[in-house]
Amino acid sequence: MPRIVVDVMPKPEILDPQGKAIVGALPRLGFTGFSAVRQGKRFELTVDGEVTEAVLAQAREAAETLLSNPVIEDVVKVEVVEA
Amino acid sequence: MSFPLIGEAAAVAADARSVRELTGAKIGVITFPGSLDDRDAARAVRLAGGTAVALWHGDTELGDVDAVVIPGGFSYGDYLRAGAISRFAPLMSKIIDAANSDAKLPVLGICNGFQILTESHLLPGSMIKNDHLKFICRDQVLRVENNNTMWTSDYAAGQEITIPLKNQDGQYIADEKTLDALEAEGRVAFRYVGFNPNGSRRDIAGITNAAGNVVGLMPHPEHAVEAGYGPETVYSRETGVGGSDTDGLGFFTSVLNKLVGGAK
Repeated sequence: MPRIVVDVMPKPEILDPQGKAIVGALPRLGFTGFSAVRQGKRFELTVDGEVTEAVLAQAREAAETLLSNPVIEDVVKVEVVEA
Repeated sequence: MSFPLIGEAAAVAADARSVRELTGAKIGVITFPGSLDDRDAARAVRLAGGTAVALWHGDTELGDVDAVVIPGGFSYGDYLRAGAISRFAPLMSKIIDAANSDAKLPVLGICNGFQILTESHLLPGSMIKNDHLKFICRDQVLRVENNNTMWTSDYAAGQEITIPLKNQDGQYIADEKTLDALEAEGRVAFRYVGFNPNGSRRDIAGITNAAGNVVGLMPHPEHAVEAGYGPETVYSRETGVGGSDTDGLGFFTSVLNKLVGGAK
């Protein structure tokens, strides 16, 4: 069944405490090539049937209203992935 | 001979007439799956002299409550974002409408309740994970910056109170424009004093809406309402410096006095 993938990231101006902790842990494991980490969220919405424009519109609306908080996050991708 | 419970003793000690009037005011306390402090909030309402009404998140009618407390806890396990799923509960849409209506339903959001209020856009900004990434639990000093709200009128402006704080996602953030507007309009209701426990912008512990009926804060006034069970220490008792056990009671007496003294 097809899925719609929604990616949500903290806004660039928002300090991401989790990403900051991860970037601190990387060099302790020898991963020294990375100067910053930002942690986001990926949602996979399984679609019952065909991904129509109406279904996609619903996914976009869900992404803006429930899956993300526009005060602190941006929806950076809404994309169809065929199974 | 029977001794009254501590809560009953407080009511007996208060003026009998005013207690009877305050009891007429009904404060709803909403419970979500994962709420923790709903019973403490209801108890605080009763200790302040009001009548606590249990509300369920799935209810579709608000009933005849005069005010609502959205308590602390981890509703829906903080899944997605703290407060994000609760915000869409059937009863929340009724509360949002009533808070924005001409009736200006008084609403207090504590901790997770504050997070639900920001997710509901009843209050601006949002909460993210504490800057130090750890859960923190401590007795916290706050300054009451605005005592012209439904929930703070029994405090003096600038009064310092000590109430418990316990949170994981307590870092209050908003963009600079919103923060400047909050400051200019006197809508910062509480500020952390001495120590900022979570990295909140401008030491903000709680805010109010423009009308003063919707107030949210991270620390827990409902845990400091009863002698013997609050942040009081031997030092604070003997010196008067530091918190008393009942520093949080003023939230609940404020709204009850406002409701009884107002047009209702």
